[in-house]
Amino acid sequence: MLVLLGIGVVVLGFIVRANPLLVVMAAALTTGLAAAWTPEADLQSLYVAAIATIAAFGKAFNDSRYVSVVWLVLAAIGLLERAGLQERARIAIAQLRAVTVGRLLGVYFIVRQGAAALGLTSLGGHAQMVRPLVAPMAEGAAETKFGALPDRERFLIRSHAAAADNIALFFGEDIFIAIASILLIKGFLEQNGIVVEPLELSVWAMPTAIAALLIHGARLWLLDRRLKRALAPPPVAQEQGVQP
Amino acid sequence: MITLAHVYIVGGLFFAAVSILSLRDGANPRRVRNFAFWGLLAVSFLAGQFLGDLGNGVLVLGLVALAALGLGQGRPETTSPEQRRASAERRGNLLFLPALIIPAVALAGTMAAKQTQWGPLLIDPAQATLVSLVLGVLIALGVLMLWLRPPLVAPLQEGRRLLDSVGWAVILPQMLASLGAVFLAAGVGEQVGAVFAQYIPLDSRTVAVAAYCIGMALFTIIMGNAFAAFPVMTAAVGLPFVVGEFGGDPARVCAIGMLAGFCGTLMTPMAANFNVVPANLLELPDRNAALNGVIRAQIPTAIPLLLANIVLMRLLAFPA
Repeated sequence: MLVLLGIGVVVLGFIVRANPLLVVMAAALTTGLAAAWTPEADLQSLYVAAIATIAAFGKAFNDSRYVSVVWLVLAAIGLLERAGLQERARIAIAQLRAVTVGRLLGVYFIVRQGAAALGLTSLGGHAQMVRPLVAPMAEGAAETKFGALPDRERFLIRSHAAAADNIALFFGEDIFIAIASILLIKGFLEQNGIVVEPLELSVWAMPTAIAALLIHGARLWLLDRRLKRALAPPPVAQEQGVQP
Repeated sequence: MITLAHVYIVGGLFFAAVSILSLRDGANPRRVRNFAFWGLLAVSFLAGQFLGDLGNGVLVLGLVALAALGLGQGRPETTSPEQRRASAERRGNLLFLPALIIPAVALAGTMAAKQTQWGPLLIDPAQATLVSLVLGVLIALGVLMLWLRPPLVAPLQEGRRLLDSVGWAVILPQMLASLGAVFLAAGVGEQVGAVFAQYIPLDSRTVAVAAYCIGMALFTIIMGNAFAAFPVMTAAVGLPFVVGEFGGDPARVCAIGMLAGFCGTLMTPMAANFNVVPANLLELPDRNAALNGVIRAQIPTAIPLLLANIVLMRLLAFPA
């Protein structure tokens, strides 16, 4: 029963925002000590258990070094960024033409998800793409259609721009075989004596990726309807030519 | 034949180069810590097999201590925003192409190693994807060096720039995978199983799948990190019940289980990078609320998608 303390340490550590590496190490030591705990245990036996846990952790860390091999990809991505990869992506996104907010965010969603599935997770992101480009473009699409935006709808559109980026990234990246989450799964299973290839894992990320595209696509369609209901000018205003 | 051992040498040399370049980076006040952190990682990759279990454990303690003290952000020489824009204009969409080399080689290499006669001579079939991935990176680097003609040290410096921006989180997945081994040795899975058996009747595939997926999402909401929830929930419910008792395929169960966790990430202010940072960047008026605009925009997608994951796992993960 006591070994469950280790799980508690992980949960608590992440809640209080301690350094996650420290949390993981503390959880491992807690689990190892709790497993060795008996009412008769003395300091000597607990010390032996702590050393054994550190050694077991070290062995597992050494056996799962391949999990961190993914970062080699950064050398190639960095060279491309040096040559303007993100700038090029920005130019490409800025050329998108879409009549409505929902369609614009839908196209961005597909591009972002597809790029993430090919390992290009850095093509996007809130600081690089959403704030400078996607959110203003989405607001612009709504303004062209409906005129000046009330705050409520403006912030709704901005929130949806960030949401599209997150959801497309999360449910695209696992299709790429060399992403940290896929190798974490491989490493965890291998520690439990089950050997799987990254490809076997990433293939099974595809059904969820399609589900995410369908569900969020429907949400964006509903967003367009909601904006139209809230913002469409009454017929009188149209005749007076409020819009340029 | 190229094996995982060669992959570790390539990785070790990369981290060693990053370590040395970090030490020489005068713009980073914490350069000694960065040097030590990447250096220890290089030692692990190049010589981990000679250190012994306790030696590796002490090495990990060193990495954790450095991470807890805090690493700095290196400032390698790179191109200016103007140069990048000019290069992007000049080279056009061709820039996207080299990035495709990596997944293409990884896929082709895996296929070749498993399904051709000559493939295994080149690539160890047991680790085909990892070996092919590193080959893909090396080929992409070769193409980029010939095409872009940057200084020779550029791939290392650019790699260091991005590694420093990820920081200590680089080894978090490896640490969590190792935590799984400690959980296994202590019998955490069996213990949680005993608790569950007392309170929740995990007596059918559907209930077990739902408990695992919803548990992944809930733990992720609490901790703000699906990676941290994964070893906990998988040791507790995923492996003992969905896989062990009901015969689920481990690869499919875990792949979909992780994505169920990502549904939790969409709903929690604890995942600050994804949900709070954009609310600040976009200057949302409710950015400090627990459920800010971004999270409220995501919840109506996250919940149906979590249900979709439960259905998908139930339908796909029991092939027999």
